[in-house]
Amino acid sequence: MSISLKNRSLISISDFTPEEMCHVLDIAEDFEKNPHQNLLNGRVIGSLFFEPSTRTRLSFETAIQLLGGNVIGFSSTAGTSIQKGESLADTITMVASYADLIVMRNPIEGSARFASEVSKVPVINAGDGANQHPTQCMLDLYSIRKTQGTLENLEITLVGDLKYGRTVHSLVEAMCHFNAKFNLVSPVELKLPSVVKQHIKDRKLEYHQYTELEDAIPHSDIIYMTRIQRERFPDPEEYEKVKNSYVLRNAMLDAAKPNCRVLHPLPRVNEIHVDVDANPKAYYFQQAQNGVYARQALIAAILGLK
Amino acid sequence: MEKKKELTVSAIENGTVIDHIPADKVFQVVKILGLEKVSTPVYFGTNVESKKYGTKGFIKASNQYFAPEDVNKIALVAPTASIIEIKDFEVVKKHSVAIPDRIERIVKCFNPNCVTNKEHDVPTKFTVVKDAQGNIKLHCHYCEKNTTQDKLEFI
Repeated sequence: MSISLKNRSLISISDFTPEEMCHVLDIAEDFEKNPHQNLLNGRVIGSLFFEPSTRTRLSFETAIQLLGGNVIGFSSTAGTSIQKGESLADTITMVASYADLIVMRNPIEGSARFASEVSKVPVINAGDGANQHPTQCMLDLYSIRKTQGTLENLEITLVGDLKYGRTVHSLVEAMCHFNAKFNLVSPVELKLPSVVKQHIKDRKLEYHQYTELEDAIPHSDIIYMTRIQRERFPDPEEYEKVKNSYVLRNAMLDAAKPNCRVLHPLPRVNEIHVDVDANPKAYYFQQAQNGVYARQALIAAILGLK
Repeated sequence: MEKKKELTVSAIENGTVIDHIPADKVFQVVKILGLEKVSTPVYFGTNVESKKYGTKGFIKASNQYFAPEDVNKIALVAPTASIIEIKDFEVVKKHSVAIPDRIERIVKCFNPNCVTNKEHDVPTKFTVVKDAQGNIKLHCHYCEKNTTQDKLEFI
C-alpha cells in the first residue's frame, strides 16, 4: 500500500507511524541528492515564528526556497496584530486563507495542536514550548539512518538534560519503534522522566543509566549530546551545580566504535569541546544541514507533491 | 415527652438521586452536573451518617435525568456515587459511576503554559489514563502533560 501524508498536520512525532517516518526519510534522501526541485511553484507557505529561532526558521525557509515556494509570515510578534491582542485562532484562520501550509513555532504548549484544529490548511509544528519539536526528530532520524545505514537495533547514548530536553523525549519515542538500546547519561536532577521511560518499558527494550559518560562511549552507535538549559532552572545555584556535568572531548572518542557519530540538536554551549569538531565522528553540523532535506520532504509530502 | 420531629428530605416523585457522594464533594458534584443552574427543585445533604462510608453526601434532583457520559464525569471526584433514577416514586434504574475515557471542558489543565490556560475559548480535552498503581491521570490533548488527581481543579 502506498503511503500518503497529503493534508496531514505534523504536531507530535507520535502522529506518524514508523512506516510514515521512513517514507519521509526516503523522500529526504532524494532531496539530498537533488535539492533544487521546483515543486512549490506559485505556492505560499506561512512561516509563523512567535519566538526567535535560528536553525529551525532558516532551514524551513531554505527548504521552501529550494522548492521554489514563497514565504509569508513573521520571525517575532513585534509589529504584528498579536501584540494588539489578536487571538491565536484568529491569526491562524487569517493566515490559512493566504497560505497552502503553515509552519508555526510558539512558546505556548499545545498551541500547535490547537492551530491544526482551527486551520483549514495543514500545520507543521516547529516547536511549541517545552512540548514537541517533531521536525527536529525527523532530521535526527535522518542523520542516524544516514550515518548508520539503518535505524534498526542501534545503541543510542543520550547525554545531558534528559529531563527537559524535548528532542530527547521525541527521539526516545521514535527509536522505540526500531528496537533501539538506550544509554541514559545525566545528572540525577535531570534524569529522563518516567513517562518517557515508560515507552522503553512498554516495548521491553533495554536501557541503562550512567552517571559517567566515559562508561557509555565504547559501545555506542550514536552519542546524542544536549545542552543543559539555563532557562529551565528557577534557582541559578542549581544550574551552576550541573552545567558542566558532561563535556565531550576529542580524546574521549578514541574509545568509540568506528561507526559511532556524535549528534547535537544545537546550539551547544560547552558540552562538546571545539576540539571534537574536526573529528570525523562529529556529525552535528551535517545534522543541522540535514534539517533542510527533512523539512523539504515534510513540506512536499504534506502538500501531496511527493 | 414528645420526640422532636426530625426534618427529613422528602422523596422525589420523578428525577435522579445521587447517593454515596464523599461528604466533602457534594458541591463539586452539583457544579459538574450544572445543578446550580436548573430551575427544578434540588435537595442535597452532606455529613449524613452512612453505614458503609461513615459519612456521605447526597443530591436529589427533581425532574432531572442525566446521560451516562455526563453523570460519569462525577466519577473523578465521587467514584463511590450511586445513581438512582426515580419515576412515580419508584426506583426504575440504579447504577454506579464509571470513569470515562475522555473528559472535556470541566477540568483545568494544571500546566500554566498550556494553550487552554493561555488563550481564551480553548476548551480543555483530556484522555483518562491509569498508572500501574491504579492512580488516575488526565492526559492533556494539547500540551500532552498529565494532570494528577491531587492537582484536579474544576472549571
